[in-house]
Amino acid sequence: MSLGGIAFGVGFFIVTLAQVSGFEEFFIQTILGTDGAVRIEDRFQSTLASVRSNSPFADNRSQRKYIEGVENPDEIIEALTAVPNVAGTSVVLKDSASIDSPLRSSRIQVYGIIASDHIGVSQLEGQIRMGSIQRFQETPTGIIIGAKVADRIKAHVGDSVIIRVGDQQNRYRVSGIFETGVSDIDKVRVFMHLGQARSLFKKPHGVSFIQVSLFDRDRAREDAETIENITSHIASAWQDREKSWLEVFRAFKITGSIMVSTIILISGLGMFNTLAMIVMEKTREIAILRSMGYTRQDISNVFLWQGAVVLVVGTILGFLLGAAITYGISSVPLRIRGIFSTDNFVVNWSIMHYVYAGVTASIIVMLSSLLPARRAARLVPGDVIRGTSS
Amino acid sequence: MSEVLSHDPTVALECRGLEKYLGEGASQVHVLRGVDLQLKRGEVVAIVGPSGCGKSTLLYLLGLLDRQDGGHIIVSGEEAPLDQDGVHTRMRCRNIGFVFQFHFLLPEFSALENVILPMRKLGVLSAKEMKDRAQSLLDEVGLGEKSMRLPSQLSGGEQQRVAIARSLANKPHVLLADEPTGNLDIKNSIRIFDLLTKVARENDQATLVVTHNPDLAQRCDRILKMEDGLIVSEERLNDAR
Repeated sequence: MSLGGIAFGVGFFIVTLAQVSGFEEFFIQTILGTDGAVRIEDRFQSTLASVRSNSPFADNRSQRKYIEGVENPDEIIEALTAVPNVAGTSVVLKDSASIDSPLRSSRIQVYGIIASDHIGVSQLEGQIRMGSIQRFQETPTGIIIGAKVADRIKAHVGDSVIIRVGDQQNRYRVSGIFETGVSDIDKVRVFMHLGQARSLFKKPHGVSFIQVSLFDRDRAREDAETIENITSHIASAWQDREKSWLEVFRAFKITGSIMVSTIILISGLGMFNTLAMIVMEKTREIAILRSMGYTRQDISNVFLWQGAVVLVVGTILGFLLGAAITYGISSVPLRIRGIFSTDNFVVNWSIMHYVYAGVTASIIVMLSSLLPARRAARLVPGDVIRGTSS
Repeated sequence: MSEVLSHDPTVALECRGLEKYLGEGASQVHVLRGVDLQLKRGEVVAIVGPSGCGKSTLLYLLGLLDRQDGGHIIVSGEEAPLDQDGVHTRMRCRNIGFVFQFHFLLPEFSALENVILPMRKLGVLSAKEMKDRAQSLLDEVGLGEKSMRLPSQLSGGEQQRVAIARSLANKPHVLLADEPTGNLDIKNSIRIFDLLTKVARENDQATLVVTHNPDLAQRCDRILKMEDGLIVSEERLNDAR
């Protein structure tokens, strides 16, 4: 029973971590593939007050003056060569507009991009469901629209649409329809060539932000800080931009781990009970072994070995069970749209899940067997034998 | 401390002024009141006395299975220190064999494996040597043919004979037996007792037997009578020693 409990506990521990971290990883991939690891936007200037409070402990951010957008993107990109973790950059001119089809109109956010640069810092190419990035690149007036935008205005690839900004309006050709799975993006975002965007918004210079991809995404916070210091522009790391969602995933992971740890804990209690019963039932045998010269440690080892065998066998079975269930649920159909797009359960295969499950089981099982083992070792053989003989 | 004790190499077991209390507070009982005792090699000594006089308590103290409240115990020339369980355990393993009223064989192991257990702990012999010795001990107690049987497949007398073989496994200098025939019929009692005394004399072991049976006590070299926590009289039956 204890063995089965440990195996199930370890197995479900792994499955829980695999699927929670699977969804988390998928979400991270989605946000990195959409908005990049670091975004460089508004320039800031230190005010007199921030210059005065020169203490390293002072929060100078609240005393900065911000100037919207990136005025000289080429200079910034040149400066980024000093950050070795930077893998790619893409300038983006972003503004609001409305899109009209013969049937309907919708409010949108236009992202003016250089396609070849942008596919280097995002997964736009892979997110295109209809049409293609090549078609967009070959069409000077081409646009790529979000799936929900397309749905709303009933536009298809090859259709002609009008994008309007105040009195200015231009006609564009739909070259592709993309889907990130993030509703807030898919229902408003439209990509067009940077030159077209400059013309539409009458902004011949500067960009709204620079999207940066990194070789090591986990260093994004440190790199963002470095970039801020080098460029005097706000640089935000993906962990900070998506903090609220990442916290939700973290909470799920902790809650899930606690829940499945309970299975292992209950199995551990079962094992403790079993071993404690064995100690009670085997007091005579323990006393006899002690009378033959077996030490307290020898007696203790018998029960610790029993625990170790349950631990090793249970953990191995748990690993196999966890891997089998993880594999099984990865093909379970599950349609999710909203924060990312998937049609199946998402799992993450990581050796660390097995390590965490093994460590948790080891702690619980060893504690469960240690107490009965110590009790067995403390038995005084004379007391036991005299008690039985009388 | 040890100057009060004998260094005579013929002495296998000795105690001086052994004191033991059981219970606590108002219910505390002074079970042993300064017992002095000496056992020579090859000598078989019986302790007799009424129930509750302290016979078994004395036996367990001498076997280092319990801790005395006063006095000294010396086994094969080595004094047993107070409060050193590791030393007591080692001394038991090397020098002391036990036979109890119940056989206390481990039910999951065969007769042969039960006899091997003390040897395995001592760790002097190889696996084959241990097996051979266990088999020869079982032959000696007349159970050579049944060495692979579990204790549950043996009769009460046979189980007790396996227990005797087990007690002799490490060739102890001292054999302590607490009512070894208390659970057997008369025929088996005499057979077991004779076996015990025979192997003790053959192996030059000091044997101390607690018994209620006066007929069996008469087969020993000496009879010590205990009353109220003290040895009150001694009867020598065999002057050879």
